[in-house]
Amino acid sequence: MDLFLHQLLAGIATGGIYACLALAVVMIYQSIDHFNFAQGEMAMFSTYIAWQLLAWGFPYWPAFAATVVISFAGGVAIERLLFKPIRNAPVLSHIVVFIAMFSILNSVAGFTWEYTIKSFPSPFPSTPLFGNRLIGAHDLGMVGITLVMLVLLYVLFRHTRLGLAMRAAAANPDSARLVGIRVGWMVALGWGLAAAIGSVAGMMIAPIVFLEPNMMLGILLYGLAGAVVGGLTSPIGAVLGGFAVGIIENLAGTFIPVVGKELKLTIALVLIVAVLMVKPSGLFGRTAVSRV
Amino acid sequence: MSAHLAVRGLKAFYGQTQALHGLDLDLEEGGITALLGANGAGKTTVLRAICGMIRSEGEIQLDGRGIGGSTVEDVVRLGVAHVPEGRGTFVRLTVEENLELGAMIRRDRAAVAGDIERVYAHFPRLKERRHQQAGTLSGGEQQMLAVGRALMLRPRVMLLDEPSFGLAPLVVAEVFEILKSVNKSDRVSVLLVEQNAALALEFADHAYLIETGRIVMSGTTAAIGADENIRRAYLGY
Repeated sequence: MDLFLHQLLAGIATGGIYACLALAVVMIYQSIDHFNFAQGEMAMFSTYIAWQLLAWGFPYWPAFAATVVISFAGGVAIERLLFKPIRNAPVLSHIVVFIAMFSILNSVAGFTWEYTIKSFPSPFPSTPLFGNRLIGAHDLGMVGITLVMLVLLYVLFRHTRLGLAMRAAAANPDSARLVGIRVGWMVALGWGLAAAIGSVAGMMIAPIVFLEPNMMLGILLYGLAGAVVGGLTSPIGAVLGGFAVGIIENLAGTFIPVVGKELKLTIALVLIVAVLMVKPSGLFGRTAVSRV
Repeated sequence: MSAHLAVRGLKAFYGQTQALHGLDLDLEEGGITALLGANGAGKTTVLRAICGMIRSEGEIQLDGRGIGGSTVEDVVRLGVAHVPEGRGTFVRLTVEENLELGAMIRRDRAAVAGDIERVYAHFPRLKERRHQQAGTLSGGEQQMLAVGRALMLRPRVMLLDEPSFGLAPLVVAEVFEILKSVNKSDRVSVLLVEQNAALALEFADHAYLIETGRIVMSGTTAAIGADENIRRAYLGY
């Protein structure tokens, strides 16, 4: 029982990582209808920016805030410079640009900051909270920050006119233009938000997996699994999906002898395939209902 | 009466194909003008060109100001509301969100809330379904929603693309009655594209006949409706 509880909490902790990234994946999927392969690398690059600011002597939270702002601007710039010109191009062109971005960001980060593994500080105390030793303070803090981001997004999308305009622009660009929404800027804003969320995810993940250009490779797969499990259209689904993937991964790795440590990554893929087969819109995704 | 919207020598292309061949059209302030013609004559293209959805050549003037070459978003800001072919419903959003979107560019939030109630007064069925996904509405209800969304702009010009398409006669009558009352009370100029010529001639005060991208006839609806030869040749009744 103790082992089970231990693994469950560890699952929630790693689930927090996946939830963070799944949230960023869903954000961009919502606004451009494609899955951004470079999402993980964007987050990694943002984390390096934070690391650089810290190395220059900035205190943690100002560096954190500056990184989020810089990432937001960077996300908007990527959309304006790279994706706006190919907006009407076929999906394949987008995918090629995603892959290009992936390797460019990866190489530039490696070139600028070297491939050696760096440690990244956590803003949370290293002593266990509330005297319990089951879950670390950083894990709890990460879960908390993920939930805060989720609430902020919920408020933005459900209770502000800007959020409504963004949803409309994503769902039906032609109609959105007809009511005067500047669809191009809404897409750019979606990129900015995704980059900002990704930067937070990166800064939360880096203290655990350490900072290096390939830190996001495996995690992006889990994050995508989380997003698919929850439904690519639902931010809250993505977060819950992320936690679910973390928990399932940990429990399966511990209690199913065949899986063990080696097959853990496979679980993410199995989950993706299973969900897509049984419920393609995900557990929380909305299926569009329409009469024809 | 001055021309609220004036179109001169309008040409439009779909790729290599020319869809409009230099077309003139005037919309009277506060009037209802119908654009009639067969399938593929270019009626929808005229509306799309006016509101900037497609690129066009020629002159388009609103209140004497050239708006040709403007983007859709900017034309909307001048008070031109377009109820597109297929209604343009945001199917995943609720009825009320659809209406709010119609007023997206307006800054007078208090008045917007009042206007939503006004649309509900026009179309009580929309009020019953205000929190429902708009995609679940029937065709007639979606058409009401499309008209309601356009009204939320407090438009000065309304472009209507076949509002009667696929609707039961009773619903058509309901929608047109409300359009007429708004046209009167708000002095909105209406440009109506219709395949149902009898209906359009009854509703509008001026009409243009369009054939393969050219205007072949224009005049008051009374004159056009009275001319049996025109009716036989172009309107099919």
